[in-house]
Amino acid sequence: MKLSGTQFLSRIGFSALAAVLGALFALPLIWFLFAPFNARAELGLAIPNPFTLSNFTTVFGNSLAIHALLNSLVEGIGGVIVIGVAATLAAYALSRSTIPGKQAATYVLLLFSSVVSGSAAMVPIFLIISALGLIDTQAAVILVFSGGLLPTAMFILRDFIDGIPRSYEESAMVAGASPVQAFFDVALPVIRPGIVVVVVWAFVNIWGGFLIPFILLRSSDQMPASVAIYSFYSEAGTPIVTLLAAYSLLYSLPVIVLYLFVSWRFGFRFFGGIKA
Amino acid sequence: MASVEFRAVTKTFGNFTAVDQIDLSIGDGEFVCLLGPSGCGKTTSLRMIAGLETPTSGQILIGGTDVTGLHPKDRQISMVFQDYALYPHMNLADNIAYPLKVRGEPVGKRHARAREVADVLKIGDLLNRLPSQISGGQQQRTSLARALVYPSRVYLFDEPLSNLDAKLRLEARGFLNHLQRDMGMTAIYVTHDQAEAMALATRIAVMDRGRIVQFAAPIEIYRRPATTFVANFVGNPPMNLVPVEAVADRDTLVLRAEGLTMQGMPLSAGMREALAKSRTLTLGVRPEHLTVASGAEGNSIAGKLFANENMGPESLVTLERDDGSRVTARIFTDEHVDAGEVVRLGFSSDHVTFFDGEGSRIPQDGEAPL
Repeated sequence: MKLSGTQFLSRIGFSALAAVLGALFALPLIWFLFAPFNARAELGLAIPNPFTLSNFTTVFGNSLAIHALLNSLVEGIGGVIVIGVAATLAAYALSRSTIPGKQAATYVLLLFSSVVSGSAAMVPIFLIISALGLIDTQAAVILVFSGGLLPTAMFILRDFIDGIPRSYEESAMVAGASPVQAFFDVALPVIRPGIVVVVVWAFVNIWGGFLIPFILLRSSDQMPASVAIYSFYSEAGTPIVTLLAAYSLLYSLPVIVLYLFVSWRFGFRFFGGIKA
Repeated sequence: MASVEFRAVTKTFGNFTAVDQIDLSIGDGEFVCLLGPSGCGKTTSLRMIAGLETPTSGQILIGGTDVTGLHPKDRQISMVFQDYALYPHMNLADNIAYPLKVRGEPVGKRHARAREVADVLKIGDLLNRLPSQISGGQQQRTSLARALVYPSRVYLFDEPLSNLDAKLRLEARGFLNHLQRDMGMTAIYVTHDQAEAMALATRIAVMDRGRIVQFAAPIEIYRRPATTFVANFVGNPPMNLVPVEAVADRDTLVLRAEGLTMQGMPLSAGMREALAKSRTLTLGVRPEHLTVASGAEGNSIAGKLFANENMGPESLVTLERDDGSRVTARIFTDEHVDAGEVVRLGFSSDHVTFFDGEGSRIPQDGEAPL
């Protein structure tokens, strides 16, 4: 193919622009991969010389920070269980039942959910949790995250379930299954890919959430990693780059592993209705 | 096997009446087709027998007992769905054996039974596959196997062949016919394909806008359609319907219509009654009862040649009359038809059906049962 002069120039211009943009996004990631292994890491990008694990040794010495990763895991898994179970049951009911006004209910919940887990509702949330006597417990964090994420999870799942033909459950019931049997034997396995999507999304949200645990948890041994990361700041408030980099990598690993696992095991794929 | 009965069943969805006061009695061992255009209420009727819809009013009886409020699982019925509804996460063996699983059969026993049924349906070597790994025809047979795997009182079919290509559909149709003869099952079969209904049914219920227009044996539906709707729906191509002006001349019936030449006919009692209400009647002739007429003698209808479709042994010759309406004849292909000229299609008065001003068939005197 022969290009005219202006076409050629615009191609070059576009490629150059794309390269610059790509580099802008790649640089922090490259830093993120190199800095943890560099004993003299700074905010500038440098290839570690020599490669060292000394940053990690120091980080593992900080028992508070390592325990925080465990707290994050407790919050993430706890929240995911609550959200996964509640969203699946609610979305299934919303999709299959003929309750009047179910559409409106979903949208109102969706609208307010961003408020619930947002900073606007922090004072009432604190007061409610305090009245429940749950301040400084992981249960408080799990409940508040669940409340905030559930409407969106329900919305995603309901949409997913709406796309699955009712004839699956209907054929099961005609064949002799009770509605509960039809749900567990037929509907649930077909919905599973949708649940996986919601669970991953919820886990990532909780794992990265800062404000809610920061406000609801008081004692330092309850802090999740997103809050504990501040223990790598000096008293003056400047970050200790070497340790921060190493801890950030540790903090990101579970999410990366989760994505890889889900993509390997479930492939984020959807069963549709099968037709000839 | 059991009988099925509808007693004044009505089903409404909001303002829409899907099924309107239907009474229907289906005998033990009958194969009944519910036939009609989409939206006529045939699928809703079927789903009410299955228990997947609850009638707004009326009763449904299976085997003489009222099942109107019974859950589908307690009705001892089986159903084949239009989209087959095979569970995508189970292999064929588990799909076919699922009804036995919910009945608490041990896994070995139910897989043995699934294999038995699968072998009859020639899918025995696919039992380890997933539904997504087999063809449409095989999926259809799998869903049939799942319906046949357990003893059932009534077999329901919701357009089970509509997702198959033409050749497979004929094959599956023949198999269903064989199965019905073999098992003597009570089957209720929903379709919009009149050929399927004609081929399978012992009786056809033709439905239109939530009501049953005619419920009779296929041959009667074909030869004596109760209304112009049935006449126009059954047959491929359907019956030709020509509006005519009728005059009674003493005991003779004289008919007038554009391009129509027809000898006077003896006036029947039913015809007298119809003429008292309306002088505009509809004349119906099946395409196979029309022939290319040589002269203007006898009964014939004239028009310009509109289309001549060669189907192999026979041809479909369509005339366009002066008023724009069309008449189609099914003739032997070796009969010659010239393009452009005025063509006359002849017919015998033994083969005509008359409908009154409201579109209901006018019975002839001394009509023998078919």
